[in-house]
Amino acid sequence: MSQSIALSHDAHPASRGLMRWIKTTNHKDIGTLYLLFSLIMFFVGGAMAMVIRAELYEPGLQFVNPGFYNQLVTLHGLIMVFGAVMPAFVGLANWMVPLMIGAPDMALPRLNNWSFWILPFAFTLLLLTLFLPGGGPEGGWTLYVPYSMELGYSFPFLIFAIHLMGISSVLGGINIIVTILNMRAPGMTLMKMPLFIWAWLITAYLLVAVMPVLAGGVTMQLFDHFFGTHFFSAAGGGSPLLWENVFWFFGHPEVYIMILPAFGIISEVVPTFSHKPLFGRTTMIYALASIAFLSFIVWGHHMFTSGMPVSADLFFMFSTMLIAVPTGVKIFNWVATMWKGALTFETPMLFAVAFIILFTVGGFSGVMLSLVPADFQYHNSYFVVAHIHYVLVTGAVFAIMAGVYYWLPKWTGHMYSEFWGKVHFWISVISVNVLYFPMHFLGLAGMPRRVPDYAVQFTNLNMISSIGGFVFGAAQLIFVAIIFTTIYGGKKAEARVWEGAHGLEWTVPSPAPYHTFSSPPEVAG
Amino acid sequence: MSASADSYYLPHGTPWSIFGSLGLFGFMLGAGLWIDGLNSVGPLVMGLGVLTLILTQFGWFGTVIRESESGVYNQQVDRTFRWAMVFFIFSEVMFFGAFFGTLFYARLFVVPWLGGASNMFFTHALLYPHYRALWPTNGPAHVGGTFSAMPPWGIPAINTLILLSSAVTVTLAHWALKAGHRRKVIAGLVATIALGVSFLLMQAHEYYHAYTHLNLTLHSGIYGATFFILTGFHGLHVTIGVIMLTVILIRVLRGHFTPEHHFAFEAASWYWHFVDIVWLGLFIFVYWL
Ligand code: HEM
Ligand SMILES: [Cu+2]
Repeated sequence: MSQSIALSHDAHPASRGLMRWIKTTNHKDIGTLYLLFSLIMFFVGGAMAMVIRAELYEPGLQFVNPGFYNQLVTLHGLIMVFGAVMPAFVGLANWMVPLMIGAPDMALPRLNNWSFWILPFAFTLLLLTLFLPGGGPEGGWTLYVPYSMELGYSFPFLIFAIHLMGISSVLGGINIIVTILNMRAPGMTLMKMPLFIWAWLITAYLLVAVMPVLAGGVTMQLFDHFFGTHFFSAAGGGSPLLWENVFWFFGHPEVYIMILPAFGIISEVVPTFSHKPLFGRTTMIYALASIAFLSFIVWGHHMFTSGMPVSADLFFMFSTMLIAVPTGVKIFNWVATMWKGALTFETPMLFAVAFIILFTVGGFSGVMLSLVPADFQYHNSYFVVAHIHYVLVTGAVFAIMAGVYYWLPKWTGHMYSEFWGKVHFWISVISVNVLYFPMHFLGLAGMPRRVPDYAVQFTNLNMISSIGGFVFGAAQLIFVAIIFTTIYGGKKAEARVWEGAHGLEWTVPSPAPYHTFSSPPEVAG
Repeated sequence: MSASADSYYLPHGTPWSIFGSLGLFGFMLGAGLWIDGLNSVGPLVMGLGVLTLILTQFGWFGTVIRESESGVYNQQVDRTFRWAMVFFIFSEVMFFGAFFGTLFYARLFVVPWLGGASNMFFTHALLYPHYRALWPTNGPAHVGGTFSAMPPWGIPAINTLILLSSAVTVTLAHWALKAGHRRKVIAGLVATIALGVSFLLMQAHEYYHAYTHLNLTLHSGIYGATFFILTGFHGLHVTIGVIMLTVILIRVLRGHFTPEHHFAFEAASWYWHFVDIVWLGLFIFVYWL
């Protein structure tokens, strides 16, 4: 690859102070905003998780009453999904997509600013509900009817907050698609695009396809609650199952929205630290596309016990198991990339390797859940909680951390402390397993999810899990400390931060100047 | 500032989006307070939000139009707008998809199940033994009382004709624009807008008729719910389309657009065709079948 880089001369933000961040149309500023917002939400949702684990440390009711407990579970889920994981990935996309495809910025910079600035308002609306009479939403992040609709004053705000998050995601998704389709440097053909870009192209497509469906669904809840319609009540010829179908038609692609960008990050990190090109690049792209396609026809695996006809149960069981095939392809390819590579284990690579192993654990529990007769046993138990946290925490969140350590030197111009990075990694990876692995056994033994109290025989495993939780939560303070010390100081980073790294983002200086690729680089074949 | 036509135009900061967010926030906060029963503060906050949103649109689109007319947008920017519009319309299609999906699910599964089909024999026998699964229905509890369905061959058929002809007029306007006949463009646009407005008036009349004569209301069970949510959101989109076309008309009157360079016009007409196609779906599945 040969590139020529031209840097713009007006290399400064147009405004200063707070106005810079409010008015900015610069993809790097907006990426930073997204990432910081995500970090804050990670701690807000994390604080709720700490209360949940404290309550579950012993049987009986210690700290919170059951109603408030349900509010915590609901808000924890909504905040982590829509406030922490998704904005983190969008932030990474904002920073990295233009840098990796050689574009001067995102295609629609003003819209980009708006996509971000909707989010703080959306979460203000959501968190405001905690202060209303009757408190926040209680129905779980899946908003199942009729529970979800029986809330007090918080209900409309919950719905509107979701509308706002949806608008933000759709606009952000459109922007990312258009940027990738229209802003690539000459010579960067689709098949030459980095895997992170491919992952985001497909993710953004999923976002634009399913967020409007969720918006339509919650609108129907709003109508049922306030305007006398009967979408979700059998008395009027509707059905509560309709909600489950609508939600999971959105919800299953949504879980892939939270994992495909992670696949993209891992596909960048693993080759760099294996000092080898990615094994089976083309199959990786096809695997991404087929996972995205299949994600539209598996939603019923969340509804096996809802009384669907057996034929539907069977269809969804087989389609779900099919997803394990392209997922397996990806895992084999990452392992094959490392095979006989000159491996080095800097912090991003440690997180990536942990991702590969632990995400696979989550995939295995997923395949167990996809078996209809087995799911009859596991459904609504802590086994599902274990599954979702293996795929989302040791999956999505670990990948985000790998990405942050990987690109932080590019963003800040400083190397983070490798020592503290490793401390963060080892404490996290041990505690996260102490936290979530016992949940498998709890679920198999019959402990239901979303309960503040439990039978005494579950005590020991819950205590272990809670201890793991507190340690994991505390370990993330190290993460924050590392990020901020790296922003403000540290060893100077070179343009090509990692010797095994390839790609356009490593051709610009570190920190990346305010404007990059004002005239496009040449990407040679 | 990168103003030459061979580099991609990038704005340097924007004041508008924060107002857009504040507007949305005010709108939704106010609406929430209002339906929660705060009848004085709610509408006020909501009104302020809507006002902010409208002003934001003027500011934001005004800026974009000025930039476009001053010629800083190159071919690549034009492609950006095209792709963005395509995916925006796609997201709208999926939004309607949720409601069409609801309609199909209700008709193909829920209602037959309530009548005892599939493995729901006991649901029917024990809970709703007298319920006969026929469409249109307001469910086993006859919520909202006896009603009649909206017959397709009255207003709805006329509305279909109206929208189909409006698709023709907007296309004629587009051809005229490409040929440089400004008068014909104006005539085509005026006709399209007039047809759109008459569609909306007819629909208003249809709703009035439904409420007063047919006892078909939002409360009329799953039929009423799907009927009003589908036709209602469609009507909202027709309204948005009419506003778009009106803006385009004003711009034509001000001498904007050239035969080669008029994507705003095309975007509005794409949107109009989308609204048209959704209507065909409505006519077939909501009114007719
Ligand atoms: C091999 C791949 C996977 C399979 C076969 C699979 C299968 C399943 C099944 C059958 C359930 C329903 C369990 C129940 O409620 O009884 C489930 C739940 C769930 N899965 Fe997966 N899954 C897979 C991957 C993923 C991934 C990659 C994610 C996210 C990154 C994910 C996130 C979730 C979540 C959040 C739930 C629970 C939703 C809830 O009820 O709150 N899964 N999975
Ligand atoms: Cu799923």
